[in-house]
Amino acid sequence: MDRLGERAPVMAPDAMLPLIARVARRVRELPDTWTLDLVAADGGPLMRYAPGQFTMMYAFGVGEIPVSVSGDAADQTRLVQTVRAVGKVSEAVTRLAAGDTLGLRGPYGTAWPVAEGYGRDVVVVAGGLGLAPLRPALYQLQAERKRFGKLVLLYGTRRPEDILFRRQLANWRRQLDMEIEVTVDHAGAAWRGHVGVVTRLIPRLGIDVDNAMALVCGPEVMMRFAASALNDIGVPEEAIHLSLERNMKCAVGLCGHCQFAGSFVCKDGAVMRYDKVRRLLGLKEI
Amino acid sequence: MEGLERIVSEHRLFQGLGPEFVNLAAGCAKNVRFNADQYLFHAEEPADWIYLIRHGQVALEVATPGRGAAQFETLGEGDIVGLTWLLPPYRWGYDARATELVRAIALDAKCLRDKCEVDHDLGYALLKRFLPVLVQRLQAMRLQLLDVYGSAG
Ligand SMILES: Cc1cc2nc3c(=O)[nH]c(=O)nc-3n(C[C@H](O)[C@H](O)[C@H](O)COP(=O)(O)OP(=O)(O)OC[C@H]3O[C@@H](n4cnc5c(N)ncnc54)[C@H](O)[C@@H]3O)c2cc1C
Ligand code: FES
Repeated sequence: MDRLGERAPVMAPDAMLPLIARVARRVRELPDTWTLDLVAADGGPLMRYAPGQFTMMYAFGVGEIPVSVSGDAADQTRLVQTVRAVGKVSEAVTRLAAGDTLGLRGPYGTAWPVAEGYGRDVVVVAGGLGLAPLRPALYQLQAERKRFGKLVLLYGTRRPEDILFRRQLANWRRQLDMEIEVTVDHAGAAWRGHVGVVTRLIPRLGIDVDNAMALVCGPEVMMRFAASALNDIGVPEEAIHLSLERNMKCAVGLCGHCQFAGSFVCKDGAVMRYDKVRRLLGLKEI
Repeated sequence: MEGLERIVSEHRLFQGLGPEFVNLAAGCAKNVRFNADQYLFHAEEPADWIYLIRHGQVALEVATPGRGAAQFETLGEGDIVGLTWLLPPYRWGYDARATELVRAIALDAKCLRDKCEVDHDLGYALLKRFLPVLVQRLQAMRLQLLDVYGSAG
């Protein structure tokens, strides 16, 4: 089968066996979005993961959901995940308090191919909660800053009050050699940043398009338009990577729930190359 | 080439136009500046000027009763403020406010319309340059209307 993404370098020894994790810290990011720092309940190591991978979080007695890692992969003492409460399981997960336990399987899926950006300009395009799965890649880009050319983060969200990791973005903007542009769909008169969809910022990117890589994560419609706009300014399709979301059950390529044309998003994704998925993105049936 | 003509010819709206077109367009142009929070125009006023931003940011706003102004788009360097100048009744549908110091080229819309009426080649060339901007804005607006960040992503 044609694999759409790069296989992740790390996998848990028994992929179907849940570990018991304990919430070490719980931080409210937005009214419906929380970040959980997780450690192994038995005090041992939890799991090794790469930026872009996800886990299956199991709220006991409620159900299991896929959630991307949002923390720094260099700090493997804890697993950091950011969850928005949208339904039964995600609500149960975000209600967990410090000290509570949950089941955890993984890590699963492909990783952001950050090392492919060595010697190149790197553009990160995030939409809404899509900034969370990209944060591990941003940590890595910063840690290895000298290896990359220009770094740009374009982040679009609904309103100024929906900006995720607001304080961290402000710090990064002050401290790092990285251009950060935040745009919102709507704002009051007091907002001094950009207003408009994130794709509108793409034609203004001052990057070397022939030698650039882009990482894109957000709602699928936004990713489709963003990837297409990046390609329009000259970034090759093969240099654009997206993180796809599909309903999942087993997360190990057995049940077929996450099927995406000839591939399984849980195994061959979630991070996939744009040239492999472009023609499938707009199809309602997939 | 004179200063204003050079600036006009370098703007992406006029890039590639022959010197005779640029001269005609530059004949309708002047340099302007707006301080932060100064309005370029208000909704319902006649669409007399088009602005090519050279520096700074302009917010397009709609006044919402009881809630102040709602920004729906910001425009920056290289962007065009004012797309309705070509279409009757030549009236703005929103407010445009400088959010910081803005320097721009202002084109006299009536002067330009008159020149386009007389010289259809100029009119067609300008139309071909305005249409992609309109289509881009329309596509962006569509995406905005979908409210993709509302519940997902
Ligand atoms: C690879 C991958 C990575 C993910 N990473 C994250 C993450 O980092 N943080 C996070 O909060 N969520 C993430 N998700 C989405 C998360 O898995 C879903 O929000 C969750 O499965 C919803 O389950 P539920 O039982 O809470 O809601 P359900 O009862 O299943 O659904 C409730 C409502 O949410 C909607 N919904 C279901 N799935 C999604 C989805 N994927 N996105 C948006 N709305 C959805 C449904 O249409 C329904 O309207 C990821 C999904 C995948 C596949
Ligand atoms: S979730 Fe079962 S195959 Fe992917």
